[in-house]
Amino acid sequence: MAFEPKIVGFLCNWCSYTGADLAGVSRIKWPPNVRPIRVMCSGRIDPTFVVKAFREGADGVLVSGCHPGDCHYYQGNYKALRRYHLLRRVLEQFGIHPDRLMLTWVSAAEGERWAKVTQEITERVRKLGPLHLKD
Amino acid sequence: MIKLRIDGNEVEVNAGTPLLKAAQKLNIEIPTLCHYEGIEPYAACRVCTVEVVRGRRRRMVTACNYPATDGIEVFTDNERVRRARRLNLEMLLGRCSEVPAIRALAAKYGVEKSRFGYDPKEKCILCGLCVRMCSDIVKANVLSFAYSGPRRKVVTPFEREMATDVCIACGACAHVCPTGAITIEDLSQRRGEVPEMYLGPKTAISIPFQQAVPKVPYIDPDACIKMQTGGCGICAQVCEPEAINYKMQDEVVELDVGQILVATGYQIFDASQMAQYGYGKLDNVLSALEFEKMLNSTGPTGGRVLTKNGKEPRAIGIIHCIGSRDARYHKYCSRVCCMYALKFAHLVKDRTNAEVYQFYIDMRAFGKGYEEFYSRVLDEGVNVIRGKAAEVVEATWGNEREGHLLVRCEDTLIGKFREVPVDMVVLCAAIEPNVDQERVGQIFSLSRSPDGFFLERHPKLDPMGTVNDGIYLAGCCQGPKDIPDTVAQAQGAAARILAMIAKGEVLLDPIRASIDENLCGGCKVCNNLCPYMAITFDDVKKVSVVNETLCKGCGTCVAACPAGAITGSGFTDEQIFAEIEGILADAGNK
Amino acid sequence: MPKPKVALYWAASCGGCEITVVDIEAHILDVAKAFDIVFWPCLMDFKVKDVEAIEDGGIFVTLFNGAIRNSEQEHLAKLLRRKSKVLVAFGSCAHEGCIPGLANVTNRDEIFKTVYQETASTDNPKGVLPQTKTEMPEGVLEIPEFWNKVCSLDQVVDVDYYVPGCPPQSNQVWAVLDHLIQGKPLPPKGSILGAGQKTCCDECPRVRKEKKIKRFYRTHEIVPNPEECLLDQGLLCMGPATRDGCGAKCVKVGVPCRGCYGPPPGSHDMGMKMISALSSVIDSEDPAEIERIIATIADPVGTFYRFNLAHSILYRVQEDLKEKQAVK
Ligand SMILES: Cc1cc2nc3c(=O)[nH]c(=O)nc-3n(C[C@H](O)[C@H](O)[C@H](O)COP(=O)(O)OP(=O)(O)OC[C@H]3O[C@@H](n4cnc5c(N)ncnc54)[C@H](O)[C@@H]3O)c2cc1C
Ligand code: SF4
Ligand code: SF4
Ligand code: SF4
Ligand code: SF4
Ligand code: FES
Ligand code: FES
Repeated sequence: MAFEPKIVGFLCNWCSYTGADLAGVSRIKWPPNVRPIRVMCSGRIDPTFVVKAFREGADGVLVSGCHPGDCHYYQGNYKALRRYHLLRRVLEQFGIHPDRLMLTWVSAAEGERWAKVTQEITERVRKLGPLHLKD
Repeated sequence: MIKLRIDGNEVEVNAGTPLLKAAQKLNIEIPTLCHYEGIEPYAACRVCTVEVVRGRRRRMVTACNYPATDGIEVFTDNERVRRARRLNLEMLLGRCSEVPAIRALAAKYGVEKSRFGYDPKEKCILCGLCVRMCSDIVKANVLSFAYSGPRRKVVTPFEREMATDVCIACGACAHVCPTGAITIEDLSQRRGEVPEMYLGPKTAISIPFQQAVPKVPYIDPDACIKMQTGGCGICAQVCEPEAINYKMQDEVVELDVGQILVATGYQIFDASQMAQYGYGKLDNVLSALEFEKMLNSTGPTGGRVLTKNGKEPRAIGIIHCIGSRDARYHKYCSRVCCMYALKFAHLVKDRTNAEVYQFYIDMRAFGKGYEEFYSRVLDEGVNVIRGKAAEVVEATWGNEREGHLLVRCEDTLIGKFREVPVDMVVLCAAIEPNVDQERVGQIFSLSRSPDGFFLERHPKLDPMGTVNDGIYLAGCCQGPKDIPDTVAQAQGAAARILAMIAKGEVLLDPIRASIDENLCGGCKVCNNLCPYMAITFDDVKKVSVVNETLCKGCGTCVAACPAGAITGSGFTDEQIFAEIEGILADAGNK
Repeated sequence: MPKPKVALYWAASCGGCEITVVDIEAHILDVAKAFDIVFWPCLMDFKVKDVEAIEDGGIFVTLFNGAIRNSEQEHLAKLLRRKSKVLVAFGSCAHEGCIPGLANVTNRDEIFKTVYQETASTDNPKGVLPQTKTEMPEGVLEIPEFWNKVCSLDQVVDVDYYVPGCPPQSNQVWAVLDHLIQGKPLPPKGSILGAGQKTCCDECPRVRKEKKIKRFYRTHEIVPNPEECLLDQGLLCMGPATRDGCGAKCVKVGVPCRGCYGPPPGSHDMGMKMISALSSVIDSEDPAEIERIIATIADPVGTFYRFNLAHSILYRVQEDLKEKQAVK
């Protein structure tokens, strides 16, 4: 059977989760490979969740928040941005391809964009192949 | 109280009151040169000479310092008095022969020439008013008498020309000098630094503007002599209700409030950044705010439109969009300028015979009745030129050499380059966020939109709210707008505030962060992460604490705490771990 | 009544943990008085067969230090587990892999290649690598098998308690031993002994501010202010993510905490927590500048996981290094 990547998406409540919802309501197709988990803000996303997802068998992780300047809580997405940059370096040192982690901004109005972003990470991870970290 | 008679009229005064004061009570005028209300009399000029009769004794005395006693009779204008004054004035004229004040007074007494000499240069009559002002009132002790006899004169310390190290430049000496012997020179050439426009001088104590609330005078401590040297205090002496208190200090008052309306307004773009328009360099180029003040009937010109040399202008150019709709400064439209520019035109037409030229890009008459107002102003004969003015330069006008201006622009409606001669230019400088907008924003945790103004919660559905419950916005701090829009927004916000007060309680989401004080190591990593400043440090327990009422549950601190001491209810680590395990339950079993 | 038996063993570790036991000074006599030391190869001549001779559960407590990285260490861990009532993972290596655990970012082949073939000082023209079995005229020689990964003790056998630290501070060691000597009731299984519940910052006397970091420094790059928090000064101090109990020894002398006491109870992954905390206080919102600031961290994994890598969520990524090569 062809490899179907499993991707965990961490989405902020106010922009990306609503944007993903809009994609659904508007019947825009997006790959089922991305399995969303809602948090209030991208600032809540602890890098621990990302490695936990890899350890539990995810082949990729998507972090998505409001566009810079638009975070419902003002600055949470800047924290996510900085964590993302440092986390990429650490994943690389561990031997996980940093492209397995993707950070993106999707607003509540961007259903189309949500579909594009999920397609992008799915294709990206499909090329990288399975990660096999689940014990 | 004692009684005396002056020129046949009886008057009652306190014993010891100088005769000059007693005469003032009867509206009898006695000439003076070296007298000044509030300064100890010195009787140097002697032009206030009067005759005092007590019983059979007659004496010539100086009214400014001679104390009234019971039963005396005073004559202020009989032949003997006039003769004495003539003699005194002739002597003064012999010393200071060209001083207008002395010449005028002498002429009044029929003295045109002095038998005692002619000195066209001397101006000081050695009355010492300035010396007493400086030492007794101002207490700066700069001026004093030096030498004696004919060489006696008023000097600065060591007779240095500029005693600027001790002189506080209050100008009081020049103000009291009866002969104009003292002049004050502005060596600094400073323009007023007061945030209000500097269009004329003001005193150390003044009512800031006519609509001020409360409408009472205030003292500018930098200009007040009392506050600078401990001297003066004249305003307290003359204030009958004794309302003046020099010890009053700015106070920091802390109020506990539940809701805040931020209405910090705007500042006006500094047009001197666009050197081509000459603001700050050319005399009659004004910012719109300066012109607004000039038009104000309680302003420095009493509402008259005047050029720097006090003449009515023959033509005025009003240039729109200075710093607005300009990629180099502000991309946005300041929204109010077109309309106030038309208002200016209307008022200028109303008050002067000047031609008015509007240089505009687009005329934005967006509000109720505004387009109608535009038509009306056009009917009044205002010239409108579509095209942004390129520059303002100095020019001559007819055979007048100086003080005129030329506005150069392209008139895009006729497709021609034009040069318009005017006497005055008004620059409609952009409305921009205050310099301290960022700091004020931090105090209230307000975001700013890309243009720098505060960001409302929602542009359509919540234009006065902010992401922080209980903090509202009104007016230009949120974006350029005119007074009707400001008032509408402010009233809306006030209604929201009152609604909340009436309700008496607030509902909070149960999604909150809390810190386990047994786990917190007090590293302070979380302390400046919270956008609502819900986290503070308890200096006694040495742990951080979340104010659960302020917390909105974003979870940023929860993720950041390196000790894992913060729990975010509803989204705990354990809950999210369980979700991760759940959605990946099928992973790995290939 | 016979004295309770104790054993101390040393697997993949530097030996510091053995020294720290001796560092309890005169108290060592109390230990000798209270217990019958049945196995302590570092100090006395014992043989494995002596241990094998003891009945199962016959040892009251074993303090086991060192990580498990070869077959012999695994064998002894299992043996001592069987023989001991209480097995203590003693010190950072047994607790969470410590410095040996850093080898988990690579594998056996790479390590052998480096150590036996590539280093400048290696003289091995034939490129010989260690073999577990070697045929000799006298018979077959056997050495333990080197594993692909390093494990903490509890990844190999069931562990009752942990004493963290590299090494555990001797005052804490004595406190633990004293507890046992006095026969006080044992804490719940899985407890961490000889340490606190908070973080190193709690014991650190340095004055800290609200943090805002524009660049990081390595210890040789600046002379830190002696009063202020090292992290506030840009030094990578692991104190905020590290369990307290050491007395903040390092930070008190101006050396950033390296994290040897392991994660505090609220933390699921020490390194990830530190990444999260540090990035939260980096003072920039511009991706290019963020990259520049992060570039001043010389070795993120080595810094954030210096003691804890083998016990972290990503304790080991791959048996082979396909992905790692793909990254390059
Ligand atoms: C030249 C000119 C002419 C105009 N003419 C008209 C007109 O004819 N009609 C019209 O409708 N509109 C006109 N406007 C627009 C009008 O000025 C604004 O709409 C109006 O002033 C906005 O009110 P506001 O309360 O938001 O701000 P402001 O009037 O600026 O008031 C803000 C107040 O907040 C105070 N403040 C600022 N910061 C702080 C702080 N940190 N703490 C405490 N206090 C603070 C300021 O001192 C000020 O008193 C004109 C504007 C200009 C520039
Ligand atoms: S980040 Fe955690 S340990 Fe540090 S002060 Fe805040 S709550 Fe305490
Ligand atoms: S969860 Fe967010 S809002 Fe609440 S205290 Fe933490 S940072 Fe502040
Ligand atoms: S970060 Fe390090 S130096 Fe700063 S308070 Fe914590 S332990 Fe002390
Ligand atoms: S300060 Fe940190 S590295 Fe130093 S002993 Fe304590 S826990 Fe270990
Ligand atoms: S709420 Fe969407 S990123 Fe903060
Ligand atoms: S006014 Fe009285 S002497 Fe000058």
